[in-house]
Amino acid sequence: MRTLLASVGIAALALSGAASAGEDAVLSVDGEVFVTEAAAPDHLENVDTIYSGWVFRTDETQELQLDDFDNPSFIFLDQALDTWETVDGSEGKSCASCHDDVEDFAGLKSTLPRVENGELVTLTNLVNECRTERMGAEAWKYSGADMSAMTALIAHQSRGMAMSVAIDGDAAPFFEKGKELYYTRVGQLDMACANCHEDNYGNMIRADHLSQGQTNGFPLYRLKNAKINTTHGRFKGCMSNIRATPFKEGSPEFKALELYVASRGNGLSVETPAVRN
Amino acid sequence: MKRLSLIAGIAVLSAGIASAEDVMPAKVMFDDGAINASLTGMTGNPEEGAKIFMNRKLGNCLACHMNADMEEQPFHGEVGPALDGVGDRWSEAELRGIVSNSKEMFPDTIMPSFYRDTGFTRSLEKFEGKSILSAQQVEDVVAYLLTLKES
Ligand code: HEC
Ligand code: HEC
Ligand code: HEC
Repeated sequence: MRTLLASVGIAALALSGAASAGEDAVLSVDGEVFVTEAAAPDHLENVDTIYSGWVFRTDETQELQLDDFDNPSFIFLDQALDTWETVDGSEGKSCASCHDDVEDFAGLKSTLPRVENGELVTLTNLVNECRTERMGAEAWKYSGADMSAMTALIAHQSRGMAMSVAIDGDAAPFFEKGKELYYTRVGQLDMACANCHEDNYGNMIRADHLSQGQTNGFPLYRLKNAKINTTHGRFKGCMSNIRATPFKEGSPEFKALELYVASRGNGLSVETPAVRN
Repeated sequence: MKRLSLIAGIAVLSAGIASAEDVMPAKVMFDDGAINASLTGMTGNPEEGAKIFMNRKLGNCLACHMNADMEEQPFHGEVGPALDGVGDRWSEAELRGIVSNSKEMFPDTIMPSFYRDTGFTRSLEKFEGKSILSAQQVEDVVAYLLTLKES
């Protein structure tokens, strides 16, 4: 009887542990603990500690990411798994025809974007290359539903791995360009990414709790539009909010910005698919 | 009769965005971050100013500033200082300068310049060549700020 009670007690504790969230909460899914706070990478000049965007969300939003059964993203990942096996294009092939298992892509998201033959390449570019060059299929729209779900599925294979994007060598010019964009004021409100995400993270801006604008959770599910959102889609939204003409999704500007912003999160765990408001 | 319609015409004009009497954004003279004379030549309306202060598409000042005078409004931001008592801390001319172009007073500030219509990069087309607020709206906000006294 005693032991039974004790074990019930432990079960209750573990349960409440799993459900609790908040500013100092720990992000863990199925017993796997994520790094949501880390020493800033050396190249960051004005920030000592980096934080995942998850840290700044409300308890309710945080909790949706603690259990894959509660996380609405997985409906979209399941759809992507169906697409993975669906033949498309003139060559009569599906992704599965050439790639044994989507799990083989573990470690890809954490190192992207990267430079290949002098060109900056994102996960979206890699997928579309297979579609157009190897399947004889149409390129998917950069942040369209098919692409968002497929890139989320592929990025998910790196969940828990540390972001580790290269910024030196071939990547250096892209890093510099992205950094310049990050600190350039744009739009009628005349703000740079840094004004909100570097100088003011942790502060409320009207109803929004400002994060550091990290990308380790992308592609991710947003409650606001009930779908998977891409990095470039988010950049676009932030630029429009400050009344600036956004760069195009997939443009050289957004790719360079993606590299730079991703590198600001080097050391945080990949969370894909994260949940945000 | 002719005279009457002329007067009516003038009334319509001054209710519009920019009246011919307004000091245009490019002509505004700053004196240590302050603007001495009214941009419209008239005193603003504090009640209108309060509406502009909370309106997300106009001043949206509440996005960054707490303001105890608007306690009933949800979601006061904390990017800038609380504006309680700001009417005692700054003169009318200084407040006009801060609202029109805060960068004259605080060079690297995140606070937008509300009465400037050039010098922006990549503005959305529909805002190109426009200031966020009109001269009248700036005066209304300044009149409202002057009512925020240390109680
Ligand atoms: C005709 C065979 C073929 C098909 C079909 C195909 N791929 Fe590929 N894929 C390749 C080859 C070959 C490479 C490059 C070699 C490599 O790096 O593994 C590649 C590379 C990739 C990469 C980059 C891997 C890395 O580590 O750099 C991704 C991601 C990818 N494919 C996703 C997909 C997806 C998603 C589909 C379906 C929409 C697809 N591929 C369909 C053959 C194919
Ligand atoms: C006016 C302030 C502001 C500016 C300027 C701004 N953002 Fe944001 N951004 C927000 C808000 C508010 C959110 C939603 C809450 C949060 O995560 O900070 C957000 C969210 C994000 C996110 C999602 C973070 C996550 O974990 O879900 C990214 C990435 C991002 N911004 C990147 C950028 C980039 C890149 C720029 C510059 C092009 C930029 N932002 C400019 C306010 C801003
Ligand atoms: C994006 C955020 C933001 C918005 C929007 C904003 N401000 Fe500010 N404001 C600031 C910051 C930050 C400061 C502090 C100055 C600095 O940057 O050093 C400030 C300073 C001020 C000051 C001086 C306060 C003091 O006590 O010294 C006044 C007055 C002011 N703002 C009024 C306004 C009004 C009126 C509006 C709306 C028309 C507005 N602000 C909109 C961020 C903002």
